[in-house]
Amino acid sequence: MSTHRRKRSERLLAQPAIVMLLVWMIVPLAMTLYFSTQYFNLLYPNKSSFVGLENFAYFFTYPSFWTSVLNTILLVGSVLVITVVGGVLISVLVDDHFPGQGIVRMLLISPFFIMPTVAALVWKNLLMNPVSGFLAWLWRLFGLTPVNWFADWPLLSVIVVVAWEWLPFAILIFVTALQSMDREQKEAAQMDGARSVAIFRHLTLPHLARPIAVVVMIEAIFLLNVFAEIFVTTNGGPGDATTNVPFLVYTQALVEFDVGAASAGGLVAVVLANIMAIFLIRLIGKSLTAR
Amino acid sequence: MAKKPTRRLARTVRAIASWLVGLIVFFPILWMLLTSFKTELDAFSMPPHFVFAPTLENYEQILKRANYLHYAWNSIVTAGGATILGMLVAVPAAFAFAYHPTLRTKNILLWMLSTKMLPGVGVLVPIYLICRDLNMLDSRTALIVIFALINLPIMVWMIYTYFRDIPIDILEAARMDGAGTWKTMSRVLIPISRGGLASTALLCLILSWNESFWSLNLTTSNAAPLSALVASFSSPEGLFWAKLSAVSTLACAPILVLGWLSQRQLVRGLTFGAVK
Amino acid sequence: MNDLRNRLSSFVLAASIATASGIAAPALADTTLTIGTVNNADMVRMQALSSEYEKSHAGVHLNWVVLEENTLRQRLTTDIATHGGQFDVVTIGAYEAPLWGAQHWLQPLDNLPASYDVNDIFANVREQLTVDKHLYAVPFYAEASITYYRSDLFAQHGLTMPPSPTWDQMRDFAAKLHDPEHGMYGICLRGKAGWGENMALLGTIVNSYGGRWFDEQWRPQIDTPPWHQAVNFYVGLLSKYGPPGPSDNGFNENLALFAAGRCAMWVDASVGGGTVSDPKESRVAGKVGYARAPHQVTDRGSAWLWVWSLAIPASSKQTDAARDFILWATSREYLELVAARYGEAATPPGTRESTYASQAYLKAAPFAQVTYDSLRAVDPAHPTLLPVPYKGIQIVSIPEFQAVASLVGRLVAGALAGRGNVDDVLHTSQNAVNRTMKRAGYYDAPVVPKKEAQP
Repeated sequence: MSTHRRKRSERLLAQPAIVMLLVWMIVPLAMTLYFSTQYFNLLYPNKSSFVGLENFAYFFTYPSFWTSVLNTILLVGSVLVITVVGGVLISVLVDDHFPGQGIVRMLLISPFFIMPTVAALVWKNLLMNPVSGFLAWLWRLFGLTPVNWFADWPLLSVIVVVAWEWLPFAILIFVTALQSMDREQKEAAQMDGARSVAIFRHLTLPHLARPIAVVVMIEAIFLLNVFAEIFVTTNGGPGDATTNVPFLVYTQALVEFDVGAASAGGLVAVVLANIMAIFLIRLIGKSLTAR
Repeated sequence: MAKKPTRRLARTVRAIASWLVGLIVFFPILWMLLTSFKTELDAFSMPPHFVFAPTLENYEQILKRANYLHYAWNSIVTAGGATILGMLVAVPAAFAFAYHPTLRTKNILLWMLSTKMLPGVGVLVPIYLICRDLNMLDSRTALIVIFALINLPIMVWMIYTYFRDIPIDILEAARMDGAGTWKTMSRVLIPISRGGLASTALLCLILSWNESFWSLNLTTSNAAPLSALVASFSSPEGLFWAKLSAVSTLACAPILVLGWLSQRQLVRGLTFGAVK
Repeated sequence: MNDLRNRLSSFVLAASIATASGIAAPALADTTLTIGTVNNADMVRMQALSSEYEKSHAGVHLNWVVLEENTLRQRLTTDIATHGGQFDVVTIGAYEAPLWGAQHWLQPLDNLPASYDVNDIFANVREQLTVDKHLYAVPFYAEASITYYRSDLFAQHGLTMPPSPTWDQMRDFAAKLHDPEHGMYGICLRGKAGWGENMALLGTIVNSYGGRWFDEQWRPQIDTPPWHQAVNFYVGLLSKYGPPGPSDNGFNENLALFAAGRCAMWVDASVGGGTVSDPKESRVAGKVGYARAPHQVTDRGSAWLWVWSLAIPASSKQTDAARDFILWATSREYLELVAARYGEAATPPGTRESTYASQAYLKAAPFAQVTYDSLRAVDPAHPTLLPVPYKGIQIVSIPEFQAVASLVGRLVAGALAGRGNVDDVLHTSQNAVNRTMKRAGYYDAPVVPKKEAQP
């Protein structure tokens, strides 16, 4: 077999994945594009008609639209900061050997295996409930008035829940990365009397640059689509305090059953997500695809 | 030699701090587990009871109301099936991307990732209509395909990064020995990157197991996995915390245990090409 | 290795047989009905008692999809509207039944057997489920809103609750009984956003202040004085004399608070009576008084009517078996079965005259008389002081209602949580509702309300 032919046939191997993704992407996307130009309400099956760009205008002028964009950015940004900073600190903390290291690692990564809906339900009911939740008890223990988390600090509470879910992912990646760090280099630095802070800044952080980029990239993809946690805890409220773009699309699709507006909203969400992605890729892209 | 005691002290402090952080992060899960063994009245009591007479009554009630094994089996089939299907597609694709890159390879990879950004709720009705026409509502096959497709971009990308890190000389050597594409892959590439592939599969399994939007909206009963079972206990009237905790524990325990067992594997394998 | 594989495959085989037997039937005569229902106490009881039905109807298997109210509604609407055919029996409310009936998404339930005694069902409940003289759903239970109050506290403070109070009186009572230091709140009301949560209550308050959702030309009337008065009153009352964080409280949360003895008064659905009067679930059993829901300038539409009912989607392929089941689950025999198994007070309320003719029930359920009077007095055809083009007390029987009421409910809940003031919120709401109605074509001349808009 010639190298050339071989190359061609091997390149074909990528086709199933690409074709499947194309179908997955194109078919719903085409349908979404089509529906976004239609007045199509599930509750009015016989009333569909072409309306041009009206659905987009409708979605953009929704009273909560700009709030939802802002909330999306706040949610994604805060969770990224919390998980990356917390993840780095915790992984460095547990990097050195100590009794029970394996068990502590197991505890740390456990939240990653919990269903998002379960995580949200547990936080909302068992921990953050202002009357009988665990945190209310803790607050009272210190003589403080229990905080009514989801009513008074709704977005912060959602951020806490989501950050708890994703912190283990960051820890997992950073712990993995730290294992490959040059121990000898670190020990030599220690011998030279370098302080831990200096080692962290000049050795550890540069080593973690790429893993951080990876965490930011992957988490951003998932965080832009956070929905279950909001649906279970605050239902987007109070008011529109925790409504993000996917949740706004949800209210169009499954509260108003307005498929036209929801389709338009879905497309807007993709565009917004891609703008953010381009921004992120610019920021960290080099370390992702560099060989 | 005055340094030693301080260093030992620092170590002890660090160990204690590590344990503390670990326990805090784990606490919500522990609390859920404890609550699942309380009576409903105990679960709601203030101050909370740390010592209590454990009861299995919540588990009994759930098992009476729902066929747990049926839901668990659906979770295993759909998450497992999606992982197998995803790997079958992702490995060859990553192979082609890694060893025969073209100018568009980078763009295709990024485009794949961007497909994950279409919010599921926005395409629910189109997908529902497609499934209806294919007679695939409430079918495990539909869930397998959808889970596989949702995770495919991440899987391709992960595997691509592992393959990329394997020196091309090893492949060349295999080819010199006359190995074909299939043999190169199965005899050389896959064994070398076994760890990475296992991590990828695990990640796909976890994400599929925990998926709760499509599994709730595309199933009724035949194909409903554990995440749908949780939904049916999510907020009934009256006191429900203990039952909710029990059903959550039942739904999460299998994957949590699997995660713990494979912890070493995950810690070694989840590099995303970020580690040289 | 081989051994392991064998064992594995036999396990797989056994498991798939186990799953298959739950779904498909071995014999031809077997039918499996998929029932979508809501996870409240009455429905969970129905699920438990349905084994009796399976016993007496050999070959019929019941598959339950039990979901929380909002999730269920989304799931059912998606399936029914797209003719997905996934459900044989659905649990729907007073809002969906007439709309879906008008779309012919449901099987009409004509020619009911004499033994079912359809005339025993309350006339206005039946009316709510009827379109063009066809009954499209049968009621499982019905509720009106009523006033709950702590008779012991009222006696202690020398207060008397009139049988039919006004909202002003309610405020005065709340002011006297509010004692947050000792964990006693003057009044508990729904604050959680949702057209079936805060907007149900707020709808009745607006009605009793003389307001309405729409005028006869379908122009929204939200930015009008009655709405401003009603919503300002509601937000003021609840922030001053309510529990902390009221914007989080829906029916369930308030029920828990009242049953725990934290509320002096509570205006909500009459089905809560079963719980608050049950000493096993309530700390205030025996200390609760019941009155009609409060009114203000009018008593028209001051109490709501809600019905949970069972219906058969037109897309079901097993309509006969489904019909047999829903008639069983709403029959007098079923009510007697519940009473025998769980006690008289647990009987699903508000559907049949015969329930309220039973002395045993009236005695066991102290809330029964008020429920009965309230239900009889409700007139969904004339819900407001001023004329309106729609039916329904706390609901407006048009498909857009879910959208507009959810939106207004979200904004009002926000105002209750201290985000924005009431007058701005109502102004925003007015514009948003106007937008939705315009989009749906209500103002396209000539205005001919669509058929499904007026069941």
